[in-house]
Formats: sequence, C-alpha cells, structure tokens
Amino acid sequence: MPELHIVVCMKVTPKPEEIQVDPKTMLIRREQARSEINPPDLNAIELALQLKDQSAARLSIVSMGPPFFEPLLRVGLAMGADGLYLLSDRSFAGADTLATTYVLASAVKKLGHVDLVVCGEESSDGATGQVPAGLAEWLGWPLISLAVEARLEDSEEGILVTRESHGRSLVRGQMPAVLSVKSAANQPRFMDYDRKAWAFEQVPMTVWGPEDLETDAARVGLSGSPTAVTGLREADVRDRRRKRLEGSIENVSRQLVELLDPLLRS
Amino acid sequence: MTRRKGLVLPDKGYEVGEAAASIWIYLEHRQGKLASVSLELLGKARSLAVEAGMDVVGLLLGEALEHLAREAIRHGADEVRLIEDSQLAEFNLETFTDAAYGAIFEGKPAILLLGATHDGRDLAGRLAVRLQTGLNADCTDLLLDSDRGVLISEVTGFGGGIVALLECPQRRPQMSTVRPGVFPLLGADPSRSGEVLRIATNLRENTRKTTVLEHDEQAGVDLTQADILICGGRGMEGDFESLHQLAELLDGEVGGTRPPVDDGYIERERQIGQTGVVCRPKVAFCFGISGAFHFIVGIEKADLVIAVNSDPDAPIFEYADYCIIADVREFIPALRRELEAHRERAHA
Repeated sequence: MPELHIVVCMKVTPKPEEIQVDPKTMLIRREQARSEINPPDLNAIELALQLKDQSAARLSIVSMGPPFFEPLLRVGLAMGADGLYLLSDRSFAGADTLATTYVLASAVKKLGHVDLVVCGEESSDGATGQVPAGLAEWLGWPLISLAVEARLEDSEEGILVTRESHGRSLVRGQMPAVLSVKSAANQPRFMDYDRKAWAFEQVPMTVWGPEDLETDAARVGLSGSPTAVTGLREADVRDRRRKRLEGSIENVSRQLVELLDPLLRS
Repeated sequence: MTRRKGLVLPDKGYEVGEAAASIWIYLEHRQGKLASVSLELLGKARSLAVEAGMDVVGLLLGEALEHLAREAIRHGADEVRLIEDSQLAEFNLETFTDAAYGAIFEGKPAILLLGATHDGRDLAGRLAVRLQTGLNADCTDLLLDSDRGVLISEVTGFGGGIVALLECPQRRPQMSTVRPGVFPLLGADPSRSGEVLRIATNLRENTRKTTVLEHDEQAGVDLTQADILICGGRGMEGDFESLHQLAELLDGEVGGTRPPVDDGYIERERQIGQTGVVCRPKVAFCFGISGAFHFIVGIEKADLVIAVNSDPDAPIFEYADYCIIADVREFIPALRRELEAHRERAHA
C-alpha cells in the first residue's frame, strides 16, 4: 500500500494586536509585533495529523517566507509532521495571492507524488482566504473548502470530507485534492515531547529558491502580483458609547430590555 | 522526452486594451432566490457604472432561472448572461468555474464582482488564477477612478486593525469580493428593462471530481449569521446553561471565549474571536468576559455591544456600548425575568 503524501501549507503571521502602521511611510511595522503560526494553519495540520493517525502517511510542511519563520515552523514537526520545506528568496517577497499560489503550487509539483494539500481557511494578516482555491486551480485539482473532518475511503482513491457551509455536508473528493480547514474546526494537539529534540535540533529544513522550483521570474513576488497597495492606514477604532447603566439589578435589567425593545419586536 | 520546467499554466487572461466597458456581477442564488449580496452589488455597480459610462451585466448560472435574471435587471443590471445546464443545477466549484470562465473570457468585463460568501470566495479564487488576474477579497468599499478606468478596493487586514486601498492596474478583469451587508440593499425598480442573453456551455459530462453524498441544511452552527449573540467567558464559571436559556428567549446564538471552550463548557465551533469565529450581529452580549483583544476582534463588527462584568476595571467596558457592573449570577436571572415579562406584554 503506497504511503499517502500530505502537504500542509503554513504561514507565520504577526500577532494582529501588535501591528502598527508608520504614519509617515505608511508601511506596516511588522517587526514590532511578535510572530506566531497563523492560527487557522494549526487547524490544518491537526486535520492532516488525524489522517496520519488513520493510515500510513508522510506529512510535509510547506511555507513561503523569510528564514525567520524556521523556529515556528519546526513546531509543526514536533506536532507530528515529517518534513519541512521553506520557499524563500528575496524575489518571492511582496507576493499577492496569484504569485503566492504560483510558488506554493510549484513546490507541490517539485515534491512529486502528493495526494493531498491541506490549508487553513485564511491567514490572520491578509485574511483573503483565497490561497486554497488559487492553489487548487494552479494544480488543476479539486478543492473541498471549510472541512471539519476527513477520512480516507477504503479504496484509498477518494477522501470523505465533512464540510460546514449552509449546514453540514459529506463530500467525496477524488485525490489528488486541496482541502481548506474551517477555522476552529478542531483542537490542535500539543507538541509531542518525544519528537522535540528531533524537530528542533536534528531534522534539516529544506530551503527552495527560484532555481530549485524552476519558477518564472515574472510570475513571483511583486512582479508576479497584479494587485498593488496604493494606500494604507490604521483602521479607526470603533468608538463605542461606553454608557454605564446604573441602579438595582432589576432596574438595570428593565433599562436594558427597553433599549432592546425595537429589536425584540422585529 | 523534454523535461517539464516547473509549473506551467498557459496564460488565459486578457489585457486592459481588450476589456469591454462593463462591470459584471456574479449572481449567486440558493433555493430559488438571489443572494442578498448579489442584489447589493448590483446596486453598487449601478452607481459606479453611471459615473464611468459602463454597463452592468449579471452572470447567472444554473437551471431554469429566467425569473431571477429578470429580478436582477429590476435591481440594476442592464443585461444578464444566463447559462442554463442540468450540470449547473447544484453549485459545484469545478463546473461553475468552467462555465463562468467561458462566459467571462467571451465577454471580457473590465470589472468582476462576487459576494464574499463561501461559494463566492472559492469561485473567485479559482477564476482569478485561471484569468491570471488580481483579486481583492472581502472588500469593505469600492471606488472607481473613471479617468483611468481603475477600480479601487478598500480592504481591512490584521484582524481589522489596518485599512488598505488596492488596485489591479495592469490586468483584467479587476476582481473583488464583498461581504454581505457592506452595501445597502436597494429596492427593485419594476420599470427597468434589459436583455437576457443565453449562453451555451460546452461542459463535458462527469468531469467533476467532488460529489456531495449527504447534506443537512440544519446541521452545525453558523454564528456569522446570528443577529443576536450571547457570549460567555471565564466569569460564567461554566454555567452556559443560563446563556442558552437567554438565547432561547432572544432567538439568539451562544458563543464563548477561549477559556470555557478549552474547559469543555461550550463547543469549539462556538468560540468567538481571532482563533474562532468573527461575527457581525446586531447585538452582542458579553457576560463574564474580561475583554482580551483576540476576543474583541470577533465582536468588533457588532452594531451594539452590551457587557456585564463584576470588575469595573475590566477592559471589555472599553469596547461596549452599554456597561453593567454586576455579578452575572445575579444579573442573568433578573434579565431573564424581565425578558419573560416583556414577551408576555408583547403577546397581550
């Protein structure tokens, strides 16, 4: 029985609450924010690990980004992944969805036999949620989005996916396929203590650049990105009324119900 | 045999100079009705088109949909391109991408707008790559620079903290998706007329690689659709039953912060915030919630926030419209009695 090869796409994102915009340059001060694994990507790796729990599978983490991603991506190895590939080059920087999905798809192709690519629903920074569909299109594979659970069919040619959109569906997908995992669909497992030394100190991380991926220079990074940012600012913090309701508990409850009255009638 | 060089996809897009002076709206429909977001986009496109002297064209895919095409015209479309095929009877991403791509490449719109719904996102993501163009997702506003014919999309990122303006100057169509409720839903104008143009498809039989085996419309919760959201935090000390009772009275949904989810008091699919669900209810109640930023993100778009906490210094009060300093264990029963009394008065 051939081993299933699953690729999990992961990204490192700055903690959103620590992001600031430089008012003069209009650039995002990313360096002032601490980094974390994009939270939905932890749901993606958890779903992939659940498949690996069910049958023999090799799990590779693929990420496009700068070298500083490395220590955080290694957390995925400690959780249970088998290999780590960083797609990194100066020319890859500034990529929008089109250029990002091109590089990710090139890496999946280079990995050779891949049955399944699993992505998080969206990233916490760009939050476009368009990478899974774009990647599926470059690869010419079907996409099953908003997955909450998956298991292999007995024949191992298909995958049975429970997805949540307008209720819940059971979908059969023919592999190879791309899955996007619904945010908060599962509880990502903790690192496996026994894997820690291997994950952080022993296993090498593979770094692939444009020569390795044989990417077309016109399709990567800024030059491969049809969209351009022409303005940037911090969002106005929504000003709430912050009105204190005072009085006895009964009295405050009554005030509140009166305030809600128009809504309760509609 | 020549070695295959990297990933090769033929460029199937079109250039600025080839684009027609039209704004296309993908008309999403479910259970015999046009999606509200599609109608909202028709209204927005109408005002953008008037400024720029462009046509508004609806793109409608499915089976027996003539009446929905007419409805789209009443809501602002000058023309509807209708693709009817038995293979389009249900939404399937692969067949819908194939059919929509054919019509778009034929009509070459300058701008293509879709609702940022589950299906709209997937379709937009595939189409943008097939058309080799730029896509701006989840836009919060759209402007048109009529001199340059360039669409300017406003988006937010980083959990809503940053607003960016984006353009796609060199490729066509300029694609954007917009969430439901961003633009107002304008009324229909029964006097409007327009043409319904039927387009033939060349969909091949049985090419789809995904099949829906079972579907339960009622299963699962979708907190993003809730009008009234009742959230509990650590301060509830696990008593989510009282919140479920309130939810029943208010016809709302219950959500939670991360600690009670981690402790198993409430399902993970009801976790609100950064690593959970981002909601846009009319009212969000926050009971026993301190107000960490990663939770606030999930209710930031609520029309009204009501917070109840016994700690007067809890950060949640900074993000609330109405602040109630009280012990949730005493306040919730009092509120429930008041709501029951209100309901009886309303029925009287």
